[in-house]
Amino acid sequence: MSAAAAPKGTGTLTAPAGARHARIWGVGGYRPERVVPNSEIVDVIDSSDEWIQERSGIKSRRWAGPHETVVTMSVAAAREAVAAAGIRLDQVEAVIVSTVSHPYQTPAAAPIVADALGLRCVAFDISAACAGYCHGISLANDMVRGGSAGFVLVIGVEKLSDFTDPTDRSTAFIFADGAGAAVVGPSDTPGIGPTIWGSDGAQWETIKQNESWLEVRDQGLDFPSIGMQGQSVFRWAVWGMAPVAQRAIDAAGITAADLDAFLPHQANMRIIDAMVKQLKLPADIPVARDIVETANTSAASIPLATERMLREGEIPHGGLALQIGFGAGLVYAAQVVVLP
Amino acid sequence: MASESEILEGLAEIVNEETGIDTAEVELDKSFTDDLDIDSLSMMTIVVNAEERFGVRIPDDEVKNLKTVRDAVNFIAGAQA
Repeated sequence: MSAAAAPKGTGTLTAPAGARHARIWGVGGYRPERVVPNSEIVDVIDSSDEWIQERSGIKSRRWAGPHETVVTMSVAAAREAVAAAGIRLDQVEAVIVSTVSHPYQTPAAAPIVADALGLRCVAFDISAACAGYCHGISLANDMVRGGSAGFVLVIGVEKLSDFTDPTDRSTAFIFADGAGAAVVGPSDTPGIGPTIWGSDGAQWETIKQNESWLEVRDQGLDFPSIGMQGQSVFRWAVWGMAPVAQRAIDAAGITAADLDAFLPHQANMRIIDAMVKQLKLPADIPVARDIVETANTSAASIPLATERMLREGEIPHGGLALQIGFGAGLVYAAQVVVLP
Repeated sequence: MASESEILEGLAEIVNEETGIDTAEVELDKSFTDDLDIDSLSMMTIVVNAEERFGVRIPDDEVKNLKTVRDAVNFIAGAQA
């Protein structure tokens, strides 16, 4: 019998040195060129412009063309975010892409996006659907503070039109395309509050790709689309997520009255309205309603709304914004951030 | 425990709050969708508010079976029993 292995004990690790705080320094967005009004999609689903607006608040959406891919849209949004942050591209040390519509099982979109930006830094995708952007912000915050990266690009991007069944009355008018990006980096003061996040995989079937890739192959099915049980999602999103949003406010050490913006995932105007009601938000707080002209762009919806509202002067630079993402998984993430 | 007429009255108030439909319009034989023109998301809001008011649990799968006001009243009465 040999003795149990013992460590040499001669080397002491150097711990990574992180920044004391992190914040979002800039946001950018890319909206595909083609505007698709409700009138263009109503015939196939035997619906009307009025019906769609009543149920979702959506008037039009953007659908990407063949030349506008998950990668190209990401690159465009990322360049804008980097410019807004006032840093050089070569200062970016990590790229996180959140998407569910990158059409390759592997590799991830992030390394390709990084390459297109001239970067060779760490780059990986996360799959957290409509909550992906808030997951990315939380990861980036931890990476900056943990010392594993300086400036981090967080990109939420979707080309959901590739995964939408135009004849599905519950999703055809909801899903759309676009990309939003944020640069997270070191800060002297706290800029990203504690993230409240979690999952409920017991409800994984409420929003999902209708058939697995194996079913598509083995049963000779058509290209799969994403389906949704609208009522169940509505209940979970409104009555399940309002308390999560409240916990994010509490964890940040502020009150709802301190907020300068509420930026919920743009899932459905009815969800947004009901959530505002549940949260009892003061009426003067601007609420993202980008869904009207953008529809539901999943991971891209929050940064796209943020970019637009900042650009149009609806919300203040340096203000406090509550953002919450929730979606397929089911998964969710919420945090209060200082607006860039 | 609420009686059937109390459940109907409470339900009518919840429907009124969500949709603006007059409480007198919310009658037992009315269909939520066909007669009262209540869409699926409003129906879910009504369901959640009814759960809270009557202290019952109405599962998502059950909601599609609640076609008329009577269906809802009966389900709530049964769930309370």
